[in-house]
Amino acid sequence: MVNSTLKSEVRNLNFHYGDLHALKNINLPIERRKVTALIGPSGCGKTTFLRCFNRMHDLYPHNRYGGEIILYPDGINIVSPEIDPIEIRMQISMVFQKPNPFPKSIYENVAYGLRVRGIKKKQILDEKVEKSLRGAALWEEVKDRLYDPAFELSGGQQQRLCIARALATDPRILLFDEPTSALDPTATSRIEALIVELKKEVTIIIVTHNMQQAARVSDYTAFMYLGELIEFDNTDKIFTTPANRLTEEYITGRFG
Amino acid sequence: MKDLKKLIRYNKLWNYLFMIIGLLATMLGLILLCALMVDLAVDGAPRLSYKFLTSFPSRFPEEAGILSAWVGSFLLLLVTALAAIPLGIAAGIYLEEYGKKNWLTDIIEINIVNLAGVPSIVYGLLALGLFVYFLKFGESILTGGLTLALLILPMVIMATREAIRAIPNLIREASYALGATKWQTVQWHIIPYSTGGILTGIIIGLSRAIGETAPIITVGALTFIAFLPTSPISMDFPFVSFKWLMDPFTIMPIQMFNWVSRPQKEFQLNAAAAGIILMVMTLLMNGLAIYIRYRFRKKIKW
Repeated sequence: MVNSTLKSEVRNLNFHYGDLHALKNINLPIERRKVTALIGPSGCGKTTFLRCFNRMHDLYPHNRYGGEIILYPDGINIVSPEIDPIEIRMQISMVFQKPNPFPKSIYENVAYGLRVRGIKKKQILDEKVEKSLRGAALWEEVKDRLYDPAFELSGGQQQRLCIARALATDPRILLFDEPTSALDPTATSRIEALIVELKKEVTIIIVTHNMQQAARVSDYTAFMYLGELIEFDNTDKIFTTPANRLTEEYITGRFG
Repeated sequence: MKDLKKLIRYNKLWNYLFMIIGLLATMLGLILLCALMVDLAVDGAPRLSYKFLTSFPSRFPEEAGILSAWVGSFLLLLVTALAAIPLGIAAGIYLEEYGKKNWLTDIIEINIVNLAGVPSIVYGLLALGLFVYFLKFGESILTGGLTLALLILPMVIMATREAIRAIPNLIREASYALGATKWQTVQWHIIPYSTGGILTGIIIGLSRAIGETAPIITVGALTFIAFLPTSPISMDFPFVSFKWLMDPFTIMPIQMFNWVSRPQKEFQLNAAAAGIILMVMTLLMNGLAIYIRYRFRKKIKW
């Protein structure tokens, strides 16, 4: 039953914000070391869905999950109440919509996830910080000023710093929540190139409302509308011959 | 065309009028404050000297000083700070980061806001019952310091909460998303990023505490003290002594009040001189608060 190329599998996922039924019976496979894009008009639940993967909803009251998100190979259910959300967040990292570096040095930003895990050895921290910054294609730009405040970086650099921060803990899945919506086109294309590079090592799920972006970076695309998953397929298929009329209308820009 | 110009002139007239009223309103406060300070300075400045700071009060106005008063004020503030700062910050962090939003925290919130507005003499009565009679701390520095701590506790809690609220939620989420616990987030982010605001609140609270008189009289501070509390450092083991906590004391405003109520003019001059010192202390503390806020604002950007 367990397919070896699957990293995760969403089964009948439901999510409630209080009385609001925000996600309705979602079923979706997440392929290992591929980019899965979630697209859909504002308010369709794509960000809500993404935030289920690292249990961010647990930070706020009156939220309720139903169904399962199975994480392979161990087969644990991410949204099970018996699973500690911290255990999940240690394995699944997230990059946010707006660059949100901590008001600390560049080095400390990247090292933070490791410090949370109790790693104190300077040598290990140094190695990991360098590796993560290289992974986020930022090393060359910051290697001489690792101890400068992170807020001195440009917006695009800050977002790559946030990616480095997320990479430092060797995540099994990397979540991107509209990572380029606050960036200019140049910074955006660098992030997109980076995402394509990163998928060699890590499974990626990205929320975007930029359809060209989804087409450029993703292998699979899920189209969501009003809390439901309307269509899921290879990105090529979705953007050339979508099966559902709603999907077609959305990608051709007739609504959204 | 002509009507339009007339209209604009008329509209601008009101604009200028308000500007003048606003300026006068602003100046009034400043001028009164300056006048007060000049008055104090003229009366008190001639009495200011090293001897004034290092002498005990005396029956003879020209020999009287404020040694026991400023030492008392200083030790009292020390106790106040040590008690109010950890309690206030812990309470503020709990309410902002840990407390669930329900009717209980709502009630606590309303109460804290109200406590900040309770007249200080009421705190004095509470402290008299609690610290002096019930806990038997006596009419001591400990009692006085804890009384003032109660008084500024709501201010410290509110300053802490304000400072914490200014931290964008995105920063918290970034920390939690990396697997941090609440305490790790508080320890590495919430506290460091709100330190500026918290310190500012604490110093403003302390600068209010230093001038408080009523609650301290209520708990029984003496008005005439010609000795210092036990030294906190001693020659014998264990070299540190906390006996001073239980010693009687007086503070600057009480010393001033004592002098003002004497009939002799010379004592009134002493009161003015003590007033200058008290005011300089308050201004220095407020200045420090502004400086700290400036420093921290410069260091942190969202």
